Amino acid sequence: MRRSQLASHGMPGRMTVGQKLAEANWMLVLLVVLIASVGFGMLYSAANASIDPWMSRQVVRFVGGFVLMLAVAVVDIRYWMRHAYLIYGIGLVLLVYVDLAGEIGMGAQRWIDLRFFQLQPSEIMKVAIVMALARYFHGLDPERIARPLPLVVPLGLIVMPAALVLVQPDLGTAGMLIMVGGAMFFTAGVRVWKFAVVAIGATAAIPIAWNFLREYQRQRILTFLDPESDPLGAGYHILQSKIAFGSGGVFGKGFLEGTQSHLNFLPERQTDFIFTMLAEEFGLIGSLGLLCLYALVIVIGYAIALRSRNHFGRLLAVGVSTNLFLYVFINAAMVMGLIPVVGIPMPLISYGGTAMITVLFSLGLLMSVHIHRDIRIGQRGRGED
Amino acid sequence: MQLTQQQHYRLFSRRAAMLAGAKLVLLGALTGRMYYLQVVEADKYAVLAEENRINLRLLAPLRGRILDRFGVTLATNDQNYRAVVIPEQADDLEATLGMLGRVLPVTESDVARVLRDAERKRPFVPVPVRENLVWDEVARVEINTPDLPGVAIEVEQSRLYPYGGLGAHVLGYVAAVSEGELTGDPLLELPGFRIGKTGAERQYDEALRGSAGNSQVEVNAVGRVIRELTREEGEPGRDVVLTIDMGLQHYAQQRLAGELSASTAVIDVENGEVLALASMPSFDPTGFDRGLSVAEWQALINDELHPLTNKALAGQYAPGSTIKMTVALAALESGLTPAHTVYCPGFMTLGTSRFHCWKEGGHGSLDMLRGIQHSCDVYFYDISRRAGIDAIAAMARRFGLGAMTGIDLPGEKPGVIPDRDWKLGTTGEAWQPGETLVAGIGQGFMLATPLQLALMTARIANGGRAIVPHVRRDAVFAYNDDRGDETAAPPPAAPSMGLPPEHLALVQEGMNLVSNDPGGTAYRARIDVPGMELAGKTGTAQVRRITTAERAIGVIKNEDLPWVRRDHALFVAYAPVAAPRYACAVIVQHGGGGSKVAAPIARDILLECQRRDPARRIPAPYVAASSGPR
Repeated sequence: MRRSQLASHGMPGRMTVGQKLAEANWMLVLLVVLIASVGFGMLYSAANASIDPWMSRQVVRFVGGFVLMLAVAVVDIRYWMRHAYLIYGIGLVLLVYVDLAGEIGMGAQRWIDLRFFQLQPSEIMKVAIVMALARYFHGLDPERIARPLPLVVPLGLIVMPAALVLVQPDLGTAGMLIMVGGAMFFTAGVRVWKFAVVAIGATAAIPIAWNFLREYQRQRILTFLDPESDPLGAGYHILQSKIAFGSGGVFGKGFLEGTQSHLNFLPERQTDFIFTMLAEEFGLIGSLGLLCLYALVIVIGYAIALRSRNHFGRLLAVGVSTNLFLYVFINAAMVMGLIPVVGIPMPLISYGGTAMITVLFSLGLLMSVHIHRDIRIGQRGRGED
Repeated sequence: MQLTQQQHYRLFSRRAAMLAGAKLVLLGALTGRMYYLQVVEADKYAVLAEENRINLRLLAPLRGRILDRFGVTLATNDQNYRAVVIPEQADDLEATLGMLGRVLPVTESDVARVLRDAERKRPFVPVPVRENLVWDEVARVEINTPDLPGVAIEVEQSRLYPYGGLGAHVLGYVAAVSEGELTGDPLLELPGFRIGKTGAERQYDEALRGSAGNSQVEVNAVGRVIRELTREEGEPGRDVVLTIDMGLQHYAQQRLAGELSASTAVIDVENGEVLALASMPSFDPTGFDRGLSVAEWQALINDELHPLTNKALAGQYAPGSTIKMTVALAALESGLTPAHTVYCPGFMTLGTSRFHCWKEGGHGSLDMLRGIQHSCDVYFYDISRRAGIDAIAAMARRFGLGAMTGIDLPGEKPGVIPDRDWKLGTTGEAWQPGETLVAGIGQGFMLATPLQLALMTARIANGGRAIVPHVRRDAVFAYNDDRGDETAAPPPAAPSMGLPPEHLALVQEGMNLVSNDPGGTAYRARIDVPGMELAGKTGTAQVRRITTAERAIGVIKNEDLPWVRRDHALFVAYAPVAAPRYACAVIVQHGGGGSKVAAPIARDILLECQRRDPARRIPAPYVAASSGPR
């Protein structure tokens, strides 16, 4: 503790990599490994007690992502602030590229094939938007935030990617981008009544938006509203997920013993519905336990935000935490039938490359905020250490 | 307003706290939902998950056999072997079918059909390649199993009646369950399940059916069976042993086959066991199991000879002179003596109507015995007038006429025994005295089935005991049943009908004279084997009205009439005369005269019956239901 205080009160910008790693929040690292390991176990179970095809590849990705996370963590927070817009810009370009490629190639495409994994720009955007907004609000004079005009630019930062994702069409991710953006606005101190105005406007826009939705998206929403009306059709997934979830009871059916999952009644058990499988095999204890692990990560995220001495870091930490929260909440709520099925994965657990990398990258940023918490950054981006 | 760094941080902290609070609320909602699903509704979802997972499959029990009184198998189950291929187990379906083609004749169209079916169905659903394999082919497939991945032999049960149309009306047939027969028993809803539709198959369907077993299997979302969880074997159906003697049945059907449409019933007078029950033409019940084509079905039901109807118990005919013993007994009971003599001039006048005797010139003077022997209509006009219709009807009913005999076969008809009340109730008109005379010779409203007439004859022959006809051999069934859970009590001795023996002796003697006295109406159809003589009574039932004009120019002979207007030929008899054991009734529809047409048939059947003597031959112990090949 002495040493860490020395380091932080000394010259945090000039710490060695080793010193920085020693500064890292190892509790957070432990939680991440723990959550990912739960994921490995579930993927092993999902493949009917086999490490192939999912668990093995997920482990490789996690190891890669874990190294990336540590690498991101030791990079100076000011570096990330400087390159926030660049990363945002790259994300936006990739989104446009995917939309255009989807336009040219047949049907909706949401990813870029990178041979070893399929890159989903919309996932990258979830972090990039947090970084870009954190940088923008960091640079904004605190008193200017009360005025409407300076809010036009960050609004645009949200609306552009959200619109691009919406036309893919990916309702869930678009919604998540808007929500995380909104959370950033809120944290930055935008007046509450402005949210009310936007909310009223959005509500008024629902009938118009309905016309723009594809048939299957409408169907999903309608099915969500009354899943039992069509138990063999569109409501099948939600219903089977609820059956699996509920039949787990308090103690679950036991590892590898989930009947709903192993007999294929549960759809997409290795990706979107993996939490259901956990709930079926480990019961309320398992599902609540995992929720607690995520809650701990989020609490740590808030602690890091509150301890950061630079506004960028604070906003970034809250944004990353909110992002993680949204992943968890949306996924859990959809598999339990609280909200429509929108295709948001359970972070670190669901099988999938981009989400894993993105989440670990954003957790790396959170750790970077922690390691570089004592660096003060002026409004123009100059370090004041 | 200038915000200080401190104020700025405080704003941030406040907002962050509010955001965290919102998250806490949402996490609380998630937790609440988890609690609701996994604790409150857990049982409901557990049940739903089990219902998803577990499929209860019924195992159809093997249907019991139907055997004749000597253990001859009359209805049994046949195995239909078929080769199937399970696409997912065959690495290369076409190659496998090619290999199979070397063992079985598999045509190119078979291959095309299998490939087409395999593509449409789920890969674990067996696709039939060839049906009705012979044993040789089954063996060849089994031997070559290693080279035939995915090929399997499936066995399906079908009902087999080895004797075809022999005894078809007694046996009945099985066929697919119809909508109206569903009782909620899931067994009946099993695809391919067969239920007894007529005859013994229907009467004893419950016993023959057995009880279903079940197998709980775990299935996945697409219905593939993962494993069997529990299996409960059902109980195969019981064998039903009939009283029928298939040898006699065979003989009777052959003997009737010479006529267009005829039926007969042979009864053991001691206990009511039906030894033969034949209705011609017959049908082959085997086809109903598979399902008849529309054309075959139409041909059967539109046939004017009604091959599907069991005329022995559903055909209702005017009994004609075969009723006369009953009339005589009614007259005796009402106080007439056997010595009562009537002069027959060939007709009798009642009011303004003239009632004719079958013999144009008349019989002259006759007592009761001679009246029966010559079947003199005038004699019976006279005694029926004296006895009255109600006494005749009451006596006829005591002999089993005018009501269902209670035989254990479906489809029986009650016939008609008219009396004053019946006529008033049915037609609304009062009984006419002339109708009593007509009823006295078994014409008019009176109708009876061959089975009823055989029963009547048996009750005369056994000294007036009210036996009940039946086709299931309960006694044998009881002591041969190794399960011991269906032990039928010995059939109760048939109650006496309370007739004075001397009355019965008189009509028995009358019947004896009919066939064994040169003056009897059936003397030519006597049995001249000593000790096997029969006692009988002829009957010729008019189906048309003979007008006065026709009578004036001479009654048209049967041979000169169209078939449907000819008389029904009837004959009832029992044998042997000395110690009656077998009773028989024969009706040849539109056959003409009873003595000429029906009596020789009945004689032959009774002679054959006595030679076989099924009532006294001890049945060989038959193979019990639980063992032996079916």
